[in-house]
Amino acid sequence: MSEKTIFEQSSTGRGGITWPKCDVPTASIESLLGEDVLRSELPLPELSQIDVIRHYTRLSTTNYGVDTGFYPLGSCTMKYNPKINEEIARIHGFADLHPYQDEATVQGILKLLYDMQAFLAEIGGMDATTLQPSAGAQGELTALMIFKRHHERVGESRRHIVIVPDSSHGTNPATAARCGYEVLVVASGPNGFVDLESLKSELSGEVAAFMLTNPNTLGLFEPNIIEISRLVHECGALMYCDGANMNAILGINRPGDAGFDAMHLNLHKTFASPHGGGGPGSGPVAVKKFLEPYLPTPVVSCIDDSYLQDYDRPDSIGSLHGFYGNIGVLLRSYAYILSLGAEGLREVSENAVLNANYLLSRISAEYDVPYGSRCMHEFVASADRQKLHGVRAMSVAKRLIDYGFHPPTVYFPLIVSEAMMVEPTETESVEMLDSFADAMIAIAREVETDPEIVKSAPHITEISKVDEALAARKPVLRWNPSGE
Amino acid sequence: MSYCPNTNADRERMLRSIGVNSIDDLLTQIPEDLLVKRALNVPGPLSEMELSQEMSAIAVMNANLSEYASFLGAGIYDHYIPATVGAITGRSEFYTSYTPYQPELSQGNLQAIWEFQSLVCELTGMQVANASMYDGASALAEAAMMTSGINRRREWVVSGCLHPSYLRVLRTYAWAAGFDVRECCRSGILTDSDSLIAQITDDTACVIVQNPNFFGALESLTEMESAAHRHGALFVMSVDPISLGILKTPGDYNADICVAEGQSLGISQGYGGPLLGLFACKQEFVRHMPGRIAGATVDEHGKRAYTLTLQTREQHIRRERATSNICTNEALLALAASVYLCTLGKKGLTEVANLCLQKSHYAAEAIGRIPGFELPCKAHFFKEFVVKSDSDIRELNRGLMKKRIVGGLDLGRFYPDLQDHMLFCATEKRTKAEIDSLIDGMAQS
Repeated sequence: MSEKTIFEQSSTGRGGITWPKCDVPTASIESLLGEDVLRSELPLPELSQIDVIRHYTRLSTTNYGVDTGFYPLGSCTMKYNPKINEEIARIHGFADLHPYQDEATVQGILKLLYDMQAFLAEIGGMDATTLQPSAGAQGELTALMIFKRHHERVGESRRHIVIVPDSSHGTNPATAARCGYEVLVVASGPNGFVDLESLKSELSGEVAAFMLTNPNTLGLFEPNIIEISRLVHECGALMYCDGANMNAILGINRPGDAGFDAMHLNLHKTFASPHGGGGPGSGPVAVKKFLEPYLPTPVVSCIDDSYLQDYDRPDSIGSLHGFYGNIGVLLRSYAYILSLGAEGLREVSENAVLNANYLLSRISAEYDVPYGSRCMHEFVASADRQKLHGVRAMSVAKRLIDYGFHPPTVYFPLIVSEAMMVEPTETESVEMLDSFADAMIAIAREVETDPEIVKSAPHITEISKVDEALAARKPVLRWNPSGE
Repeated sequence: MSYCPNTNADRERMLRSIGVNSIDDLLTQIPEDLLVKRALNVPGPLSEMELSQEMSAIAVMNANLSEYASFLGAGIYDHYIPATVGAITGRSEFYTSYTPYQPELSQGNLQAIWEFQSLVCELTGMQVANASMYDGASALAEAAMMTSGINRRREWVVSGCLHPSYLRVLRTYAWAAGFDVRECCRSGILTDSDSLIAQITDDTACVIVQNPNFFGALESLTEMESAAHRHGALFVMSVDPISLGILKTPGDYNADICVAEGQSLGISQGYGGPLLGLFACKQEFVRHMPGRIAGATVDEHGKRAYTLTLQTREQHIRRERATSNICTNEALLALAASVYLCTLGKKGLTEVANLCLQKSHYAAEAIGRIPGFELPCKAHFFKEFVVKSDSDIRELNRGLMKKRIVGGLDLGRFYPDLQDHMLFCATEKRTKAEIDSLIDGMAQS
């Protein structure tokens, strides 16, 4: 039985909460506001409290999270979210603060944010940080705006091109376009790395920036990164690091040391704040010293041991958030850094790399691994061999559900046919990796012996394969009381 | 504290199985020169107990508003959060999942998103809504970008009574993408609609008005709306979702796009984030909308099912031609807002809106009677109002703080011409006793 919508469960006259009686003298709404600004009806559902709780509890049971099981969604770093951090974020002294409170009354949170700016700069090999961006994509936008302002200030506004590799996340070109840039794509070489010759041929005085994910979306560290940075800087453009894959290199390599001028960090990936079913995230941007004046306002500053939100920054790009960013997410990640320390951060990446390589070595006999037998924190396998039996990557992914696992990312990066991008993270045990590898191997056998069972997967979920084409062709995007 | 389960023995076994001697052997891809040869300069490690103590110690350095009567608003509001909200958002099947790319494992999340979209439509009187944006301010900037995408025009005409932070975000997005923001004059604490209408040209992509506006006042929207549409521009409204418990909707005002800050709907103030951007528009513009959208469909057996849809608008498919770069949104807070709206229901939201209205009017009237304070404008308002003060606002607020009262926002911080003005907010949470002690405190100042 599928769960009825909350609207179908509505019953006139019900409610889930009682409000106190109004304790001040009242006047009619009409007399306070006039008749012509009042709405005629409010068509919200009417339910008792238990109806609401049961509805959403039932929905939750059909949802799969990291707490449910292994979630090797490549590029998303679905690691364990420590419970203590959830508790911390709910402390009244953090949750019940107003952004316009007198700064003297919020020195604790301001100091925490000030320190967090420094931690992230240190981890990234940068000099200054803004915590404002709400997610990775907004971090990218923030950084490109900073680059744009820099080019304006040094009289190079003509730079109108941003270069991205063909293996990049979709957010990179989308962000560049939002920032008014023309996007130029460079092809990766046969080994999956940036092709230096193609890059050289595109570099010119028109180029504002090169956006690069490192380690890249194939899970490989760019071996020529120093040369790439040199070439890009030589032509006057800036280097941007998409930090989505930072979980591979904490305490091992710092993008700032490799020549990047700015980067974002996804706190909801690398720094263990929960993904929330799609957010909230947080995408702080760390930059080199020469870009600091352009950071969005406010920046948390410290003057004479007193912390403040600094808006007085004449070269700033402006703001990207109504206030100072996703504080609740920043808090969790601050707690995470404190709990791990320098040694623990490095251990995170070492274990993430070990887990990914172990899994890669266990499945590489059954699946093509087009970019070799070593990886950083994730790897991309291909279902090309399975496709010869008529089974595509998506079917392998759906079949994994029957074995009790969340599928990997499929069909990304775009340069790998039948891509399956697997990121186990450091918080999985060797036993879990073994059972996932066993499932992958068993599915490879099934592809040869009984491809239909793979193609028709999943079999154990409450619903079978979803008609996505119908959803797009005849969009039903909301409840319609007349029955849809 | 480490969250890595594998022991040294496990790691040894894994390394042997891979065929290498050490983890360093797996890191040889990284040029030697780029390896960090020292420990990072960050504090820790702390055990869970030490961490808990450390974080509590930081938290007590903040004056937490659950122990104060707060009259601060200006975009972040102290509304009551029903216990149902935390009970549901605390379920880790929801909060430890990610964007529902695999519908078979995410029906709960997808149905919740679809219902959220539906609730936003019912609340705002709009035809379609998305799965959420980062916050009200960036949602407004995205709305403006969307209008330029629809009509290929370059100017955004903006009311002078828009939240100043929202205006700053709007200007930032406009500058980067090469659009112009034209801010119009205020007439007191209301939009000067003549000035606004005079700014509209044939290159105006949109007219943007906040209602209730930053100063809490209700705008006269009809003329601005018709002027916008007469010139072929789109009409964009930013609203307070709680006010829609009683006020006419953006749909009633023929808005093309409506955005709102959803923090009032069951989300803590949290020092200003994370927040929840609500985004809704007319059906005809759905394919220009930014962000995730969930749709209802069927599975292979014809059973009702939900999935992310219209993805050809989005960055992971359309790349540089996407309608926006947004990927991660505020899904968990959209869930909070849904639980909030369903817990309150039709009657509860009307009641809470009415409580805000009554309490703020009681407070405003009483403040207006205190010598040295006046209400400079007689505009209708919902839950916030402007007060002109003869006394020093910083001093006044510091005095109130000692009485466990957080006074109004000093508007001089944003507007040079409003140096001696404050913005007060009274939500349903403020009791008569709290309002009366605010009045006493102000009278003694």
